[in-house]
Amino acid sequence: MTDQGIGASVKRKEDLRFITGKGQYVDDINRHGQAYAVFARSPVAHATINNIDVSEALASPGVLGVYTGADLAADKIGGLICGWMIHSKDGSPMKAGAHPALAQGKVRYVGDHVAVVIAETLDQAKDAAGLIQVDYGELPAVVDVASAQAAGKAQIHDEAPGNTVYQWHLGDKDAVDAAFSKAAHVTKLDIVNNRLVPNAMEPRAAIGDYDAGQDQFTLYTTSQNPHVARLVLSAFIGIAPENKLRVIAPDVGGGFGSKIFIYAEETVCIWAAKKVGRPVKWVAERTEAFLADAHGRDHVTTAELAMDVSGKILALRASTKANLGAYLSTFASSVPTYLYAPLLSGQYDIPAIYCEVDGVYTTTTPVDAYRGAGRPEATFVVERLIEVAARETGRDPAEFRRMNFIKSFPHQTPVIMAYDAGNYGASLDKALEMADYKGLAARKAESAKKGKLRGLGFSAYIEACGIAPSRAVGSLGAGVGLWESAEIRVNPVGTIEVLTGSHSHGQGHETTFAQVIASKLGVPIEQVSIVHGDTDKVQMGMGTYGSRSGAVGASAIVKASEKIIAKGKRVAAACMEVPEDSVDFENGEFLGRGTNKKMTFGEVALQAYVAHKFDPEVIEPGLKEGSFYDPKNFTFPSGVHIAEIEIDPETGHTRIDRWTAVDDFGILINPMIVEGQVHGGIAQGVGQAMLEHTVYDENGQLITGSFMDYTMPRADDLPSYNVAMTTTPCPSNPLGVKGCGEAGAIAAPPALINAITDALGHEDIAMPATPQAVWRAAQKSARKMAAE
Amino acid sequence: MIKLSLTVNGRRVTADIDPRTLLVDFLRSNLRLTGTHVGCDTSQCGACTVHLNGQSVKSCAVLAASCEGAEVVTIEGLATGTTLHPMQEAFREHHALQCGFCTPGMIMAGVDIVNRHGAKLDEATIRKELEGNLCRCTGYHNIVRAIETGAAAMAGAKVAAE
Ligand code: FES
Ligand code: FES
Repeated sequence: MTDQGIGASVKRKEDLRFITGKGQYVDDINRHGQAYAVFARSPVAHATINNIDVSEALASPGVLGVYTGADLAADKIGGLICGWMIHSKDGSPMKAGAHPALAQGKVRYVGDHVAVVIAETLDQAKDAAGLIQVDYGELPAVVDVASAQAAGKAQIHDEAPGNTVYQWHLGDKDAVDAAFSKAAHVTKLDIVNNRLVPNAMEPRAAIGDYDAGQDQFTLYTTSQNPHVARLVLSAFIGIAPENKLRVIAPDVGGGFGSKIFIYAEETVCIWAAKKVGRPVKWVAERTEAFLADAHGRDHVTTAELAMDVSGKILALRASTKANLGAYLSTFASSVPTYLYAPLLSGQYDIPAIYCEVDGVYTTTTPVDAYRGAGRPEATFVVERLIEVAARETGRDPAEFRRMNFIKSFPHQTPVIMAYDAGNYGASLDKALEMADYKGLAARKAESAKKGKLRGLGFSAYIEACGIAPSRAVGSLGAGVGLWESAEIRVNPVGTIEVLTGSHSHGQGHETTFAQVIASKLGVPIEQVSIVHGDTDKVQMGMGTYGSRSGAVGASAIVKASEKIIAKGKRVAAACMEVPEDSVDFENGEFLGRGTNKKMTFGEVALQAYVAHKFDPEVIEPGLKEGSFYDPKNFTFPSGVHIAEIEIDPETGHTRIDRWTAVDDFGILINPMIVEGQVHGGIAQGVGQAMLEHTVYDENGQLITGSFMDYTMPRADDLPSYNVAMTTTPCPSNPLGVKGCGEAGAIAAPPALINAITDALGHEDIAMPATPQAVWRAAQKSARKMAAE
Repeated sequence: MIKLSLTVNGRRVTADIDPRTLLVDFLRSNLRLTGTHVGCDTSQCGACTVHLNGQSVKSCAVLAASCEGAEVVTIEGLATGTTLHPMQEAFREHHALQCGFCTPGMIMAGVDIVNRHGAKLDEATIRKELEGNLCRCTGYHNIVRAIETGAAAMAGAKVAAE
């Protein structure tokens, strides 16, 4: 079984349907009699709605209904929620404005939902949406996060004076100030972490369906967490009780965070299905995805690092303004706080850390978790500070890192996290060797001869995955528990269904979870089906984000499989007529210790169901077990990425010459899939660092609202990657896994900017380092060299 | 409404369509061939790539009405019965897909690249030729490997057939 079990690069079970065009994404599903929804969206960033006239739209051919915020309110449909309560430094709860699914009285960003048209055909719905007349009383836009809180700025929500949602902090300010006052050297950086548009290739979509006979709602939706969607739509928005609402997230074409959230569109589709008595389908156009999918990042930070004369880091402090957009999206409040500041210790032994964060409203698209969510922002701060500090003090950046690495575990940082295991030096050594760091000087000289600027940049990142112990996140303000559930149903012939609350939208759970079963129960993966993404099939789940499916989701499967083995042993003991405690389970067989009696897994399953050979008073028939697994800690993947680039100062073109990634994800279930996750993460990180630029004009219009204006990473922007692993098993879960989904996106931006600034010889470049920006910066390098 | 007759995946189909219908919508809605995907509204992502008279096109940028008498092959028509096309095999072999949404377009583009450049494809050519196809999941590394392998396998299959 080892060729299929944990650690094997098994080819994916799900691939056959995708390579033959048989995947079933939401847009591939059509319900009988379905009608189409089109949203009328605000063309302005900030305005009062004086009047909405829908009469012409209602009279338009094929129209079944036109609805506004007033109709939702009349049906007592609640607003969208933010599920994480943050308290400000002064103890006051965050100040959140209402977030209606359809605007009530005011619009707050371009793309805000004003009304919906439901019509027989998509074209009819589009035509009618164009006939809705809205009288807007325009208000000034508030776009720039750095100045959004200033006096005199337009007020976006009455509830949040100064457009400030919270002023939060973490760490010991006095200790940090004291450390800075005795520092031999202080490195200070102003950092902008650029706003990104997630752009999963499958646009979001929803089909709401209402069965009047059963009074039953069914929502098909592009969700990373269908159970969370059901919970929010039931308990908070008030669509229907959970037992009357089924949420199905079928094949989902990428998420990267953007499909965690519960949005206006699916809320309106499921509500309107009952209203018009027809299934209602909505599929986002890419333009709508740009406008209305929650964006990522968008921080403005000042950060400082204090060192003693030997180069030992004494303290770090950071002050961040985080743009939360026009409304608080589902987990928006947690991203720049608890998913950010606790990561500011990086891989380093830093005695004192202090971070303050202002969460700020602007009249832009809401900002929430995007691949990495807070952790890339933290890593960018730490790894830029470290690199620049090494340069300023004339130290080798690798050795400066090594001297400050945390070297013994467990390690309690000053910002909540207790790192359980790691070996940062091992990843660094391997990366230096693979990247041929020794040969760098010669390669730089070679490039210089050609008139090119070569640079190398490090990123030694830490991540916190597997979010997380429910009690811990609860104490930090999370509105939910973050366990995961699994149920293993063994059929009488020994085939298995595993029901999981994790959701795969590219991660390959149908393969990796089956591999876990193969290892634990000795059943070939062909006989294992993974069931996910349907609240009627899977009882409960928290979904997939934050690299939690391995550490939490697969651990729940391990726990359930242990119960299956325990029950199987009791059945086998009865059948083999041996004492229960003398049955061993090895390689898929139940063995009577000290006898030659044995039963296969399939034989025991059959006996469990025919129930002829045991007393039902003692052993219940059947073989089905479930588990809710709640981890005892986060996991802490780490690694070192090294980017080496060459700049053509004439054109500003940056060529990535080589990329070295050495990651420590603990035990790997399927190395092939893990490497794929690393590749994809790096590509997104490179996109952030060099290509992807989200630009609003001063009126709050999104200038980069299509693939023509927003530069997505393409194949010829990227290199092949050299990926390797080191392995420090995670002690906090039964599999020893850590999670790998976000690492690349966390590691890549600082590695690349460190490489580019190394080549340029100065630090004056922001993300994205586009050819134009690099060209300008290279001019400055030339002037600087001439002056020296 | 106008009448349209064409061959899709080797089958003749005839339909009455609105003259504004895009080929991608005709394939997805009329023929229920939902393997061809729509990922954008500006003809930039390539998720909708199909073969039209043997050449790769973005079916979101083609009017169905212009395909009168044409031969269209979609991802559903690439395999021969249960035998996968070598490019499909190569994508699975090299883990060149994650969420699978870009995959049909990538595979159709990959076959077209080999048709135009032959089996001796270097990495730079593949990367350049993929400029019309976006993938947000894989970082392209494994897609490049798959197309290299698929190219060699297509050449082998051709030799074997001759
Ligand atoms: S849908 Fe055709 S190129 Fe994007
Ligand atoms: S595999 Fe998801 S977009 Fe390419």
